Amino acid sequence: MLPADPAQARRFHDVRARLAGLSPAEAAPTLREMAQRVRHDDLRMVYRAGLGHLGGDFSVTDILVTLYAGVLNVDPMHPLSAERDRLVLSKGHTAGALYATLAHCGFFARRELETFAAPESALNGHPNRTKVPGVETNTGPLGHGFPVAAGIALSARLQASPRRTFVVLGDGELQEGSNWEAAMTAAHYGLSSLFAIVDRNGLQQGARTEETSHLEPLAAKWTSFGWEVREVDGHDHAQLLSTFRQPGTTRPVCVIAHTVKGKGVSFMEDRVE
Amino acid sequence: MSRQTQADVLHDCREAFADTLIALAREDERIVAVCNDSVGSSNLTKFKAEFPDRLINVGIAEQDLVGVAAGLANGGLIPFASAAAPFLTGRALEQVKADVAYSQARVVLCGQSPGLAYGALGPTHHSIEDLSWLRAVADLPVVVPADPTQTAQAVRWAAANPGPSYLRVPRFPVPDVTPPGSPFQPGRALRLTDGNDVTLIATGTMVSRALRAADSLRKEGIGARVINVVFVEPLDTTAVLEAAAQTRGIVTAEEATTTGGLGAAVASLTAQHRPTHLRILGVPRSFAPTGSATFLLEHFGLTAGHIAAAAHDIMTHATV
Repeated sequence: MLPADPAQARRFHDVRARLAGLSPAEAAPTLREMAQRVRHDDLRMVYRAGLGHLGGDFSVTDILVTLYAGVLNVDPMHPLSAERDRLVLSKGHTAGALYATLAHCGFFARRELETFAAPESALNGHPNRTKVPGVETNTGPLGHGFPVAAGIALSARLQASPRRTFVVLGDGELQEGSNWEAAMTAAHYGLSSLFAIVDRNGLQQGARTEETSHLEPLAAKWTSFGWEVREVDGHDHAQLLSTFRQPGTTRPVCVIAHTVKGKGVSFMEDRVE
Repeated sequence: MSRQTQADVLHDCREAFADTLIALAREDERIVAVCNDSVGSSNLTKFKAEFPDRLINVGIAEQDLVGVAAGLANGGLIPFASAAAPFLTGRALEQVKADVAYSQARVVLCGQSPGLAYGALGPTHHSIEDLSWLRAVADLPVVVPADPTQTAQAVRWAAANPGPSYLRVPRFPVPDVTPPGSPFQPGRALRLTDGNDVTLIATGTMVSRALRAADSLRKEGIGARVINVVFVEPLDTTAVLEAAAQTRGIVTAEEATTTGGLGAAVASLTAQHRPTHLRILGVPRSFAPTGSATFLLEHFGLTAGHIAAAAHDIMTHATV
């Protein structure tokens, strides 16, 4: 397991404490700047390794940064503390965005990012919880993170714990049936502490989702499965923060975050290749 | 032999599973059960009555079942994820690999009605591939109890084990085979009888049949050593290699396909470290015909008589 970076963890703690007292609009510039640095590190990592999924990384970066810096109750110095909030990255192929975000929070040293995909690195192409602090479950094959997140949220309910669980799903990933099994479980148990965030960039590996296997009407699907649905601009930090801060009431919450694959790099945006 | 004379009294191991789980749940509030609409067939009816909030039924959704169990473990609970073995291991194999074994989630996977127990329900419901599949997954102990005592030991061991595990919960009625005070440890098999002519290595339902085979061999003056493998993974390599060195050959017997289970493990080990004569009894790589579990065990040569015949075959053909 990679050790924490105490100095960076302290800085992260201070940033979080400051953001906690700000409105979403006031917090947004800080989040935007952090997301920019995360994208920069991620780009360097993927370029150096010659391996990675920058398009999906960049569509999910603003979501991850907003969660870690503005929402999640986590402590990089104690990554396994029982009462931490949980974030599960079900779209595990965007590990690059997660690693860069975790490093910016101090879960491990930023220099580790240089080892991404190198022999014996803790930073595999898909996240491994036994090696990387902050990772909750090993993902990679799609349709795995959501049932695990439902189980985590269920554990919180059984233990009467206020901790929250967030799972980040790719939109193409929703073609895996196991997601809808988990959607039913979460709704059945009324897991209002669970947020499923759909990174709705509209693209999957080979084509647009709607050309491959229709997901729309997506919001109606989630509603019919018993979820509260919130739709946001997945690159608008103020909207994201406001949405994530507002707790669920009686039902689990699906946040459909409309995003752009490759966001932030003009020639990459919204392109399949 | 007193052990063989008790062979007429048969037990279903499911009660030992259910009672031990309930006893553990009374001691430790982290114990929860998760099932796939299989409250009855997973033997969780009494558990549900006593701990209604700690029985999570996800419905007919095995992938979700295993993922949810991994999430409960992440939250600090100790889930016993229970379903008919063919669906738990077949339908949810990738969840077993990624969410449980690779993630090292403290989940106890409980394969109910394993092997050929579902008999005439047919090959869709037989769980004979599970030992091959799960032996191929890293960092996952594979536990196959042979009687109610071992079933209870397995449940207690798995609950205390900090990592994941897979337990077969026998449904086919079996006699008691476990000597009092037997240890229960990963990588440790039980030697049930001594003998230096031939070795019978059996697991699960085949153990009592191996004991009967040893009894008949003894009457013919052949000393058969019976080794009861409880942990198919990790295997007791010492006991197997000793048997290869000290007896003329080994017969393995399991209620599973011979492609990758106990026999394959013994073959791989001995071929590389101490080549010996081997006869591997199990289900060949074929789908079973219609018939009860008893019929199918006979059909596939998984009886005391077949085990004894295989031992004879070794004695005839093997040079010392």
